[in-house]
Amino acid sequence: MDINDVRSILTLMGFLCFLGICAWAYSGHAKRGFEEAARLPFTEDDVPADRVAGQSKEGKANG
Amino acid sequence: MQSQATYNYKVVRQFAIMTVVWGIVGMLVGVIAAAQLVWPELNVAEWLHFGRLRPLHTNAVIFAFGGCALFATSYYVVQRTNHTTLFAPWLASFTFWGWQLIIVLAAITLPLGFTSGKEYAELEWPIDILIAVVWVAYAVVFFGTIGKRKTSHIYVANWFYGAFIITVALLHIVNSAEIPVTLTKSYSAYAGVQDAMVQWWYGHNAVGFFLTAGFLGMMYYFVPKQAERPVYSYRLSVVHFWALIFTYMWAGPHHLHYTALPDWTQSVGMMFSLILMAPSWGGMINGVMTLSGAWHKLRTDPILKFLITSLSFYGMSTFEGPMMSVKTVNALSHYTDWTVGHVHSGALGWVAMVSIGSIYYLIPRMYGKTEMYSTKLITTHFWIATIGVVLYIASMWISGVMQGLMWRATNPDGTLTYSFVESVKASYPFWTIRFIGGVLFLSGMLLMFYNVLKTIAGEKAYNAPVLAPQAAHA
Repeated sequence: MDINDVRSILTLMGFLCFLGICAWAYSGHAKRGFEEAARLPFTEDDVPADRVAGQSKEGKANG
Repeated sequence: MQSQATYNYKVVRQFAIMTVVWGIVGMLVGVIAAAQLVWPELNVAEWLHFGRLRPLHTNAVIFAFGGCALFATSYYVVQRTNHTTLFAPWLASFTFWGWQLIIVLAAITLPLGFTSGKEYAELEWPIDILIAVVWVAYAVVFFGTIGKRKTSHIYVANWFYGAFIITVALLHIVNSAEIPVTLTKSYSAYAGVQDAMVQWWYGHNAVGFFLTAGFLGMMYYFVPKQAERPVYSYRLSVVHFWALIFTYMWAGPHHLHYTALPDWTQSVGMMFSLILMAPSWGGMINGVMTLSGAWHKLRTDPILKFLITSLSFYGMSTFEGPMMSVKTVNALSHYTDWTVGHVHSGALGWVAMVSIGSIYYLIPRMYGKTEMYSTKLITTHFWIATIGVVLYIASMWISGVMQGLMWRATNPDGTLTYSFVESVKASYPFWTIRFIGGVLFLSGMLLMFYNVLKTIAGEKAYNAPVLAPQAAHA
């Protein structure tokens, strides 16, 4: 077996690994965890509510 | 509430403000270089010559402007989504000052003519070593912070930032392998076509990981935040990430079509570039669809306008790129202004716009506010910038295709129809339009600078408290 066989096998394994990731990502198994993860940016306020007031020059028009 | 730990915003604040400053500097140098093409008399001295300013422009906009935006947002996102403060804040501070020093050294050495001659890797070996040291420190801070996270999941934006940090370290260290002869001169450790392939493996993955993966990390945090809804499909983001990781590494050879690079390598590069369209568009759709059900926000919120328009340009340039990597198309496009137009569709349309949107989001929050001084000025900035990009890329398309057609045109007897200088002459009107587009984009950045100054004037720096995730549900 020469080095090119190793390279081919490695490429194939990379591809299979990717297919495995796709199957996992679209399985029901991962769904709950994904839903939790997707909410991570929203679990706390950027700036505590008591600090926020109309701060832009035009007021809260775009709040 | 008792006194508690606060997030490390200082380094975020520093990088966020320097993003605007370096954006102005880098784009100003670009505008000067564009003017030099239209009015060659502007090449006044050797250190202000086009050949020296051009690498200064690319380094300043990619590594100073883009780099600061990536540092700022990654340090912010990694803390906020992992509910923990930075690991080794003193090391984060070192990355800020180290990175600024590198930028200043670049701004001195490039005009003086010190260059290793590799595109986007021109800086000489002592600066290369400094970059490697700062970058490793960056990796330690970033992954150290993930290591002490208080959440069970690692939010997808961190995956993209993490891949960007690891890959850029690998690319930089491999491509910068060089043999120093003096303090200011070195030669590549590779020779001939291997050197070219290593360079464009680096060059294209700098596009793929510095200018794409990192900014996708930004997209996956700031688009959901500004739209106030979670990302359209989290599972798509996982597939998007791995598809990008598995394919980008192979696309570099498309920079070397019809050269001494073996033909099969060129074809592999072309194939993987075509495949790349799938993950690129998957990511773009994921970002844009995050707005579904909230499209009305696009009408009133200029930050969202910046973010969503950046994704449109991302989609456009990741369609254009694979097309240009097709060898027959490349035979027409390569070495023409079309390439320059393509790069700027990605760099101004995607990278700059997503950064500008994210920085507009960040700056007020660094001072305990949620809004910039003037939302109207952001809207003005958006339209000036958009018109600037469109003028830039449309003029470059026309001049690029024209140049390609003129260079390949032959008379019936086999001689060339046009001399090179005739194609230069025909390009002048388009170079003027490009200059105007650049001036518009730069003016937008100046508006941004004014808006940032007014936002932070008289305000005290603010560090938000770290809340435990379970206590955070309001």
